[in-house]
Amino acid sequence: MDFGLSEEQALLQDTVGQFLANENDPNQLRARFDSEERHDAPFWNGMIELGLGGLMVPEEFGGAGLELLDAALVAETLGRGAAPGPFLGHTLAALAIASGGSDAQKKAWLPKLATGDALGTVALGEDGGRWLPDQWELKANGSVSGLKHYVPNASVADLIVVGSAGGGLALVERASAGVETEAYAGADRTRHLDSVRFDGAACEALPGEGAASRLCDAGLVLLAADAFGGASRCVEMSVDYAHNREQFGVTIGHFQALKHQLANMALEVEPARGLLWYAAHVFDKAPEESERMAAVAKAHLTDRFMAVARDAVEAHGGIGYTWECDVQIWFKRAMFDRSFLGSPSMHRDRAARHW
Amino acid sequence: MDLSYGPEYDTFREEVKSFLAEHWPLQGEEAQQSFDDQAITFRRRAIEAGYLARSTPRAYGGSEQESDPLKAQVIREEFGRARAPGDPGGIGTMMLAPTLLERGETWQKEKWVPGTVLGEIAWCQGYSEPGSGSDLASLKTRGELDGDEWVINGQKIWTSGAVTADFMFCLTRTEPEASKHAGISYLLIDMKQPGIDVRPLKQMNGGSHFNEVFMNDVRTPSDWIVGKRGEGWLVSRTTLKHERNSIGNAAMTEASFKGLLRLAKQAELDGRPALENEGIRQRLATIEGYVQAHKCSGYRQLTHQLRGEEAGLIGLMNKLHSTNINQEISKLAFDLLGDDAMLDPEGGGALMGAAPRGSEGWVNLYMASLGVAIAGGTANIQRNVIGERGLGLPRDYYAQQSK
Repeated sequence: MDFGLSEEQALLQDTVGQFLANENDPNQLRARFDSEERHDAPFWNGMIELGLGGLMVPEEFGGAGLELLDAALVAETLGRGAAPGPFLGHTLAALAIASGGSDAQKKAWLPKLATGDALGTVALGEDGGRWLPDQWELKANGSVSGLKHYVPNASVADLIVVGSAGGGLALVERASAGVETEAYAGADRTRHLDSVRFDGAACEALPGEGAASRLCDAGLVLLAADAFGGASRCVEMSVDYAHNREQFGVTIGHFQALKHQLANMALEVEPARGLLWYAAHVFDKAPEESERMAAVAKAHLTDRFMAVARDAVEAHGGIGYTWECDVQIWFKRAMFDRSFLGSPSMHRDRAARHW
Repeated sequence: MDLSYGPEYDTFREEVKSFLAEHWPLQGEEAQQSFDDQAITFRRRAIEAGYLARSTPRAYGGSEQESDPLKAQVIREEFGRARAPGDPGGIGTMMLAPTLLERGETWQKEKWVPGTVLGEIAWCQGYSEPGSGSDLASLKTRGELDGDEWVINGQKIWTSGAVTADFMFCLTRTEPEASKHAGISYLLIDMKQPGIDVRPLKQMNGGSHFNEVFMNDVRTPSDWIVGKRGEGWLVSRTTLKHERNSIGNAAMTEASFKGLLRLAKQAELDGRPALENEGIRQRLATIEGYVQAHKCSGYRQLTHQLRGEEAGLIGLMNKLHSTNINQEISKLAFDLLGDDAMLDPEGGGALMGAAPRGSEGWVNLYMASLGVAIAGGTANIQRNVIGERGLGLPRDYYAQQSK
């Protein structure tokens, strides 16, 4: 019995955390958040150099050969730091090819994704909140036509993994004829979203069975992980503020009303750490539990993140409501995590099917 | 990460199972004893075999086993499955015996610990007073030395089990000149004597778990004190080393949620099972998120114990988290009961002597979950603990001023 992190896992989190402390400090983060540039290539290259491009890519293809739990720990750290960039879509694209690709597809793409020579993303969402394999209607049969919504960083991606009718996945190169992206004005300015219109674009199906549901379960867990990291940061920011802000001659953390609010926030977040670990662990080791636990974790954690982000604004008083205050960066990160791949209520409904 | 117990514990589990198969339930004449006596007979054997009173030294009636939270967990699981008596629950084994082992004199340990771990001696805790709840150290019950006896006068309240207890461990103000915390002593008192008047408090759900204890010239020998005079507050705060049960609480919460699911399958809403109602499903699934998180927190804390680490923030959250979950479970259950939610929890919804309708347990929980939120440190005090010890926030302004 050991339900805790290994030394290697703790080291992985430290390494990524240290990288962010150096390369994404509050001023750098603020500059990226306010920038009109939708992709910061040098910063992403820094993450690639850490090996974050191929965390779950098998070693034979140049990746780190790690599991979802490891990737979730990285996602948590990125969420804590509100790290900008295409980690989510890229990681899911690589996972899709690693689990569902043919040998030729793996050889062609995984080494490039691991080294950052290619940037990957996933195109899943369709009109009306149809995020999941059994809801997809887009047809991909040698060529693909139709519209996908909310595709992370599509405008700068080289490779798009597209979800198709019948729960299939297909590879489309973004530079091919018949692929057009259009930017959304997303609230989360750390992870940009585009719509992608396919018009007879050439595509190549991934032959592996079940890769689409694995991709979605992994996505739900990574979103939950980002949410846990972000929610933890919201609690920390609010506690720090309570230590520093003075009213009536004392720091406001002396006042029980605020102290209890902060305790309630911590109580919303900290017990969910184990749920996140568990959802990642069963994805790796007990796939029969994975679909349900990924849904429970996504619904629970992204809801908690949104709630404590709201509380964090309140705990900062008037300044919390300003653009200048960093809390809004995590608030908007929470908006992304909550809705991407489907709302908490949609995933609660899925989890309920297992009762 | 590995949630299995491993082969060593599989072997141990088989040992526990075969012990139980041989020794529980009792057979022949022994099975004719009262249940309490059967439990004591069985515990003697289980202690002998090393399964109960594991952290108590052999010299004081325990089995003195090396600390092993996983073995303790296996024992709880198997004893629970066989419905065999485990370590006696309650305040005697949870608090008094470990406190005596840490702080008591040898003769005190010899006199009280063996009977306590067997379940022969029952204790009650004399802490809260009508004017001293969350501000416990302001307590006023006073003790004065008269020759070689303490004479104690005052009133305790919220005293669980006072009706049946043999002894009380009682925080008593013996040094009225000393400052608030330094004036308290930890005295042991025989409950079966004139001068002690126990009056049960009737709760809103009809039950009587708690009591008031009036003490009028109650006497206890001068050496029935744990620690020195004026050290009672420190003694009561002694950190107790025993194999904490960090996942039992989560198992209870999960069982409660499963009960709620069964209720939602049986209850009808608009002519269909309530479970099929979209709004009810969402509320159930929202609660399930917390239940699962709580369960995984139990695994985390067990792992901290096994690794010899402090649990940190999560270790301060168990009570408040489970309290909140139980409140949500009870509120949703209440909504599912329909008109039965008007019925008294004690009457069992019985129509003048007819069989209970099954709703009474849920109506009771609807009320009892509030009692749990107060007992043993109120939810607001739990929030102070999380805020101050967990998040490092300063103590309350007013609490700082009152020394």
